[in-house]
Amino acid sequence: MSNKRLTFKKRLHIIKHQLRDKKLAPAFNAFHTFLFTPDETTHSGGHIRAADDLKRTMNTVILALVPVLLFSMFNAGYQHYSAVNGFPENFSVWNDFLTWDNFWIGIIKVLPLVVVSYGVGLLIEFIFAVIKGHEVEEGYLVTGMLVPLIVPIDTPLWMLAVAVVFGVIIGKEVFGGTGMNILNPALTIRAFLFFAYPTWMSGDKVWVYQGMERAGTPDAISGETILGYLAQNGQNEFSYTVSDMFFGFIPGSVGETSTFLILLGGLFLIFSKIASWRIMVSAVAGALAMGLIFNGVVDAGWITESSKFYGLMSFDFWKHLIVGGLAFGIVYMATDPVTGSQTNRGKWIYGFLIGFISVMIRVFNPAYPEGVFLAILLMNVFAPTIDHYVVRANVNKRLKRFKNAVVLPKDTEEAKLKVETI
Amino acid sequence: MWYFWAHFSITDKGFHFMSKDIRIKKGLNINLVGAAEPTTSKAALSNVYAINLLDFHGLTPKMLLKEGAEVKAGEALFYNKNVESMMFVSPVSGELVEIERGARRKILTLKILADKKQEYHTHKTLDLGKASAADIKKFLLKSGCWPFIKQRPYDFIADPTVTPKAIFISGFNTGPLAADLEYVLAGKEKELQAALSALGKLTPGSVHVSINAKGNSIFSQMEGIELHKVSGPHPAGLVGTQINKIDPINKGERVWTVGAADLVIIGEALLTGKFNAERLVALAGSSIKKPQYYKTKIGAEVSTFLYASGVNDKHFRVINGDVLTGSKTRQDGYLGFYNTTVTAIPEGDDYEFFGWNKPVFDKISTTRALTFSWLQPNKKYDLDTNTNGEHRAFVVTGMYEEVFPMDIYPLQLLKACMVKDLDEMEQLGLYEVIPEDFSLTEFICISKQPHQQIIREGLDLLHKEIG
Repeated sequence: MSNKRLTFKKRLHIIKHQLRDKKLAPAFNAFHTFLFTPDETTHSGGHIRAADDLKRTMNTVILALVPVLLFSMFNAGYQHYSAVNGFPENFSVWNDFLTWDNFWIGIIKVLPLVVVSYGVGLLIEFIFAVIKGHEVEEGYLVTGMLVPLIVPIDTPLWMLAVAVVFGVIIGKEVFGGTGMNILNPALTIRAFLFFAYPTWMSGDKVWVYQGMERAGTPDAISGETILGYLAQNGQNEFSYTVSDMFFGFIPGSVGETSTFLILLGGLFLIFSKIASWRIMVSAVAGALAMGLIFNGVVDAGWITESSKFYGLMSFDFWKHLIVGGLAFGIVYMATDPVTGSQTNRGKWIYGFLIGFISVMIRVFNPAYPEGVFLAILLMNVFAPTIDHYVVRANVNKRLKRFKNAVVLPKDTEEAKLKVETI
Repeated sequence: MWYFWAHFSITDKGFHFMSKDIRIKKGLNINLVGAAEPTTSKAALSNVYAINLLDFHGLTPKMLLKEGAEVKAGEALFYNKNVESMMFVSPVSGELVEIERGARRKILTLKILADKKQEYHTHKTLDLGKASAADIKKFLLKSGCWPFIKQRPYDFIADPTVTPKAIFISGFNTGPLAADLEYVLAGKEKELQAALSALGKLTPGSVHVSINAKGNSIFSQMEGIELHKVSGPHPAGLVGTQINKIDPINKGERVWTVGAADLVIIGEALLTGKFNAERLVALAGSSIKKPQYYKTKIGAEVSTFLYASGVNDKHFRVINGDVLTGSKTRQDGYLGFYNTTVTAIPEGDDYEFFGWNKPVFDKISTTRALTFSWLQPNKKYDLDTNTNGEHRAFVVTGMYEEVFPMDIYPLQLLKACMVKDLDEMEQLGLYEVIPEDFSLTEFICISKQPHQQIIREGLDLLHKEIG
């Protein structure tokens, strides 16, 4: 009866039962259920269940993020070498972008961000699961992937680690873990970084690898983002074309630049029915609406070039969608089902306001011309309120029906006695 | 999203019925392997018959007989402590051999060893044309038919002291592998009409019967009812869906519901004075070699027909009812009081390597997250009892609404039940639902939450606190 005859599956099964009710059980189970879907069967209610679980759902979001991550790794190198050597003439994707040199910068700069984000975040999740004796929940699988994609590339790893600790504990675990949090954990982490280390998170030198070190050298080209440039009412024509912006060959937070791949990811999430198309569509509509209002104000002559808002207000309304983090925020963060609106009607309002407020903050916040993360956090707070009013409408309908209902005469006590003595 | 078309139809007798077409758009048909073929065999004779008291939720029984007593078929075994005239009768004649009790001496099961020769306890029949509501109530209560009448809110056996605003009957099943009522009810016109006429006297409102818009239902010939043609995916056949679309329940109102197949037993009792527990039961599920119908009786051992055509799996689960709403029983268990379907599907207590991220072709899903059941909407699936994942907090939103046709917010109602917020439970519509209305949301739930249990506990709490 040697253990060698047992299959791997059987051996894990035995360990699971040995660890049952022990402190470390959740930690083991996290790895076990990663390898094998459990042998659990239905024991209440219906006897069959559909194929989807939370792991599959989260995995789908991660799949939608993989192209963005890969692109960001190439873009890390591309922006770096462009800053050092100048932009390539006759740019070709194959020769100038998808190169090993570029990718190598991604490996040494982007990958560590991913590793630290997952390592620190999952460690905290495991510790909390063991302390509280519940299973390790899957929420962080997506958060851990989002975080490295929404920070500037030169973010020091210790800084990221501190922010992740803060974000996971204060943003999520104190509320009870995945499904219970009020604010999007990834954006809580981003907000912590922004307010704790503002010099590392904004300005025109943090968006390209070694931008800080190059600062002040005469030949360095500026690595500022397009929004940053517009917020300064920049005088020089900037060298990025609409196609650069759409495909993402621009500086910015690690994963936010390629609107094209984000759009593909968004379509994949809508097709797979994992993310809400209502939120995405209405957020785009909201952003366009605010952009149109600003363009209208400029066209009406109320804002002139002397205004400090002129640069961003006169920016074509539709271009707001292809610069900065708006597209990334709409597709991957506004659609977080836990912190977003939970009713279908509420999702329309919630999404629209995210788009609307994002562009508003962009234009009116001179210090940090990106508003999407603040807009989403703000709407996270308001989502329960929106839902409350949507659900109230249903409740009121029921109350109205109740008032109009014909009330039957109450059965008399006599009738009751009669039946009992039959 | 649903539509009404009101139109008048004139039957050959010249009665005017207003029939409303109801189209259910939200829902999901779960196509499974092992639907019962429309052939019937007689099940082997069962030695022992059992009444499972867990079939009657919320009932406090009071025994009339002691162990060892002789009973006739249709003779009362026990009654409802709260409505003492409500009798529960033996399906067969024989000896009450065992009263199985659980914790705090709660009665769980009564077992009756059947006689070789069956004797019936008969009641004096009523003249249905002249009988008053009180007469009919009295007859149904003493003959053991009353427990077939259920009430909403709370999904208890109907309280005979309260008059319902209407009575609802679903004339078709849409649940997975559920018995085909057109087949089960064939030839039972007389019994159905008697039962419907009697029920019609118990309410000042209508007896609403919903039938499949595409089918050829026996109910379209019935008189004294309001007929509704319903189309659309499951849960179009659940009576709760139909009530919500026809005349939703308000706070303080009662409606009664009766299973279509149970009408046959009620009708036969009214016509003959005998409680005939005979039923046509669909034996279905992928574990059954030749799924088909069996003629048997309430409380019969399921083994008397379960193995009749052979089984495919060694390790399978026997379910009293369909896979979404039935209750688990054992291979040596007994047919439940209300069941017209017995389903056997393989147990799924095995691990699946990388089950959470590999593409899935052999399971049903409402997403397309590397799940491919959307490619083959008509494929029949062989599902086992595996949960396909672990229990989690609610995360995903907007999915339940896709399969939940009632004008109710399902997620919000579930959460109100979980946090025991009585006001919210009332306002969000808990009075209108019973656990089975949440069987489909439970099936697709990504967080694997026990929806039906949550609703049941919510209803019990609401009943306890508000009544």
